[in-house]
Order: sequence, then structure tokens, then C-alpha cells
Amino acid sequence: MTVLVYLDHEGGAIRQASRSAIAAASRLGDVDVLVTGPDAAAAAKSAAAIPGVKKVLQVTDTTGNSELAEPVAALLAELAAGYTHILAASSATAKNVLPRAAALLDVQPIPDIVAINDADTFVRPIYAGSALATVKSADAKKIITVRASSFDPVASEGGTATIEEVALPAGPGGSTFIATELSKSERPELESARVVVSGGNGMLNGENFKLLEPLADRLGAAIGASRAAVDKGFVSNEYQVGQTGKIVAPELYIAMGISGQIQHLAGMKDSKVIVAVNKDPEAPIFQVADYGIVGDLFTILPQLEAELDKAG
Amino acid sequence: MKVLVPVKRVIDYNIKPRVKADGSGVETAGVKMSMNPFDEIAVEEAVRLKEKGVVSEIIAVSIGEPKAQDTLRTAMAMGADRSILVETDVVTEPLSVAKVLKALVEKEKSDLVILGKQAIDDDMNATGQMLAGLLGRPQATFASKVDVADGAVTVTREIDGGSQTVKLALPAIITADLRLNEPRYASLPNIMKARKKPMEKITPADLGVDMTPRLSVVSVAEPPERKAGIKLDSAAELVSRLRNEAKVI
Repeated sequence: MTVLVYLDHEGGAIRQASRSAIAAASRLGDVDVLVTGPDAAAAAKSAAAIPGVKKVLQVTDTTGNSELAEPVAALLAELAAGYTHILAASSATAKNVLPRAAALLDVQPIPDIVAINDADTFVRPIYAGSALATVKSADAKKIITVRASSFDPVASEGGTATIEEVALPAGPGGSTFIATELSKSERPELESARVVVSGGNGMLNGENFKLLEPLADRLGAAIGASRAAVDKGFVSNEYQVGQTGKIVAPELYIAMGISGQIQHLAGMKDSKVIVAVNKDPEAPIFQVADYGIVGDLFTILPQLEAELDKAG
Repeated sequence: MKVLVPVKRVIDYNIKPRVKADGSGVETAGVKMSMNPFDEIAVEEAVRLKEKGVVSEIIAVSIGEPKAQDTLRTAMAMGADRSILVETDVVTEPLSVAKVLKALVEKEKSDLVILGKQAIDDDMNATGQMLAGLLGRPQATFASKVDVADGAVTVTREIDGGSQTVKLALPAIITADLRLNEPRYASLPNIMKARKKPMEKITPADLGVDMTPRLSVVSVAEPPERKAGIKLDSAAELVSRLRNEAKVI
């Protein structure tokens, strides 16, 4: 069996999540990879050095077409003839492209797998992780996205794969890439941050959210929010952690003034360590928190900063 | 222009799903059900396009058990003009749903389909992309802004770490992300009016679609339970524990 992994890269550097996808793929068979974009040549070089990769397929494209789902899905569908499985890390790009490719191949995709039982059987979270479903695919080919946090990434150096240039098909047309705008925040992205500091209803207003910044600065943290805080307009919904927002699993999650509604817990309960500060001792957040402080967050926040400065 | 908006009936987002004792799935009997939140956003966007005069008719579609008509009534109370219930007791998957929707898009001659980006039950995030693939139409997933003008739609999409803008020639497929809009609540008069709006009932067989699932569920289990930890008295103790015990700072 040979498996094709569609890699995400940033200016030629292969993302760690994609190396996790390669780790998952190597349990299924030999691994070829696909890289696309204006920096595909640099990405192909990086990919060829990943141990376990046999062949790198490279699509050099400066037209913006490789940013579009339509031609890339058509390419994956073309390449599928040579593979039993097509995998990618669960990124926005993969979620855009892989289901479309699956439709072209008459395959039901299997998103966000967290474990591989055999070549046809996989475990994936449903209901934002409130349950784990083991599913068996009857399709001849499998189209899969991989939850990166569940597979340790393979190393980035040591391999010697061959590199082959392939052409991007035109696709059905009708779509044009205009622009990409990456947010210029100094803070890490919510979904990949090592530490997340989130505020909830207890923050009382949007102005108070700024009080979380000094703490987040000290910890190198991203800032998040509960749905209650977003619904009340304290912060915009790009901050929302939860079932209908971002799903995060940082090493440290600090919930300030968040009661812990089901839909919020679904978005953060896989964090390694959870800290909760809430004045209500009965708040459900304390049922999942490793460390809790019952008290007024506006009192505790400056104390925390002072303690971090002292100890650090 | 006719817009098709598929809506799914799912366990309400405020309810904690319970795995059935026999591990065959998640209990839905006697549980509060609502419209998938992302589908509400899709309906809202369609209604706003109609209010702007871009769209002439909104058709809500749901595929599933007869009770999905509640969800269609909600969509019509929000502003959909009519609805189609495709009744089936087979477990729906994005592939089979996309095939049903393709048949309806062709039958209704719809130039725009707006879907929620994913259902919060199976978390597949695939139906819109698959429908676009089956129809050979352009797609814009995870939309946070939609502008329709001169036979094309310009969509700002959420991507990892930022946003991307694409322009699609109509007919096209859009999936809605959280930031696209804030769905309205249906007013009581509109809920009453929705009762009189037309609802057509058909089956997948009427559309020639085979619903046989490709994925079979081997088992469904609860994830490992998280235990409540300890309550601390001070920020000093917390920092000390995080540093020396949990070793995360």
C-alpha cells in the first residue's frame, strides 16, 4: 500500500502538523507527499529530507491556483489512482480541498482521526470530542484528515526522497484567488498556542479583556473567550473557544470568569493542564480544572502577574 | 436568484451528548434538538441577501427523519420562503447528503447554495465541498463575508492564521463560518406565518439517490473522563504548583 500525504508548508518550511500526518500515514504503508504553491521547490526539498518519505510530488505554481480547492481537488483525484489512502493534517486548507476530492472519487471522507485501528478502521471525535466514534470505511480508497495532536510528528531531517514535478490541472474554473491576509498579531494563534488565557462572562465588559493581556504576555499565551463573552460583545468571535468556535488543546489553559458551559468545555477539555478562577465555587469549570481558585478574578489577576514576576 | 439552504436537526449545542450504554451511538431520544448553529448562520445570510434584493427565493432543505420538519419550520420562521423535507431513516453522511442536494439544485435550478460549514453532531465539515465537487461548481468554504454583484460572489474565508478572499462565478457553493453574521431570532408572528409556508415531502428514492452509508460505526465511546483537581487559596500557590508540579510554566 502506498499513501499520499498532502502537506501544508509556510514559505517552504513543512508545518509540524503535516509531519504528524506523515507519522499517521507511515502506519498504513509507504509514503509519498504532495507540496504545492509558489515556494513548492523549497517545500519539496524540506519534504524530501523527512525520514520515511519515498517520493515528493511538487506543483510549482505562481498563479494563485494552488490556493484554490477546485484545481487541487482535481489533482488529488487524478493522483488517487496510485494510492490506497490520501491523508492531510486537519488544517483549513485540507478541510477545504480533501472533501471535494473525495466527492470526485465517490468516497466518504474520514475527518480528524485520532487513532488508526487498521487500514479501514479509524477513531474520530464526534460532538466536539464529547464522544469517540470508531468507524470502518467500505470505500476502496480512503480520504482522511489527521488531528495532529494525536500523532507524534516524524523527524524533519534524515530522509532522501526523490522529487518529481507534476502539473496542476485546470479544474472546472469559475473561481479566482484574490488575496490572503494573515493576521499580524504578536500573539500565537489560538489553535496552536502552548498557553491560552480565556475570559468569560466574569470579565463584565470588553474593556476588562485588556486586563488579560499582561498575564498573556508573561506566559506567551493566546487570548480566548467563552461564547457568553462573545455573545455579549466583549470580544469578536474569532476569540471564541468552544464547540462552535475554536477547539484548543494547549499545555496550559487558564479560564478567567468562565462558568464552564458544555459547549465551552467541548472546545478546551483536552488541554493538558486547566486552571480556573471563578467567584462561584459551584461553577462547572471546576469539575474539569486541575487547579481552581475561588475568588474575584480582578483581585487574583494582578496577584498572579506579581507572582509570575517574582518567581520568573 | 434561487438560494438553497440545507439545515440539519442536531442535539442542541447547550446539551451534553450522552453515549448510549450499548456503545452504538449517542442518545438522541428525549433530548432537546435544534437547528445546527452553523446552518442558522447560513439561513441568516440567505435572508439578508433576499432583503438586499439579490435573492428572489430561499428554499430550506432538510434530510432525515420526519421531525426535521421542526427545523424547516424554524428556517421558514427566519425567512425561508418554502422548504423540502427529504425523508429517510438511514444515517446521513456528507456524500449521500451531497448527492441529494445535487439532485435538488438541478431540479430547482438554484444558482447559490449556502450551507453551514459543519454539523455539530458528526463534525464532518464536508457536505458543501462535496456538493461543489459533484456539481463541478466553484466553492468558498468557511465564509466570514459574502458580497454578490454582477453574476459573481466575492467571499472572505477564514483560514488558519488569517483570511483569504476568493471570487466565484455563479452558480456557486458557500459554507458559513461563525463570523459571517449573527442569526436573528424568529419573532412570534413569523413563527405563525411559517406554519402556512409550503413544505414538500419527498424521499431520496424520488431523486434516485442511494443513501447506503460508506462508514459503519463499530462503536461509540465516552472519551477518558477528566477529574476535578484541587482548589487553591492563593495566586502564589497556583504559580508554585504550575511551575513545580505541573511543570507547564
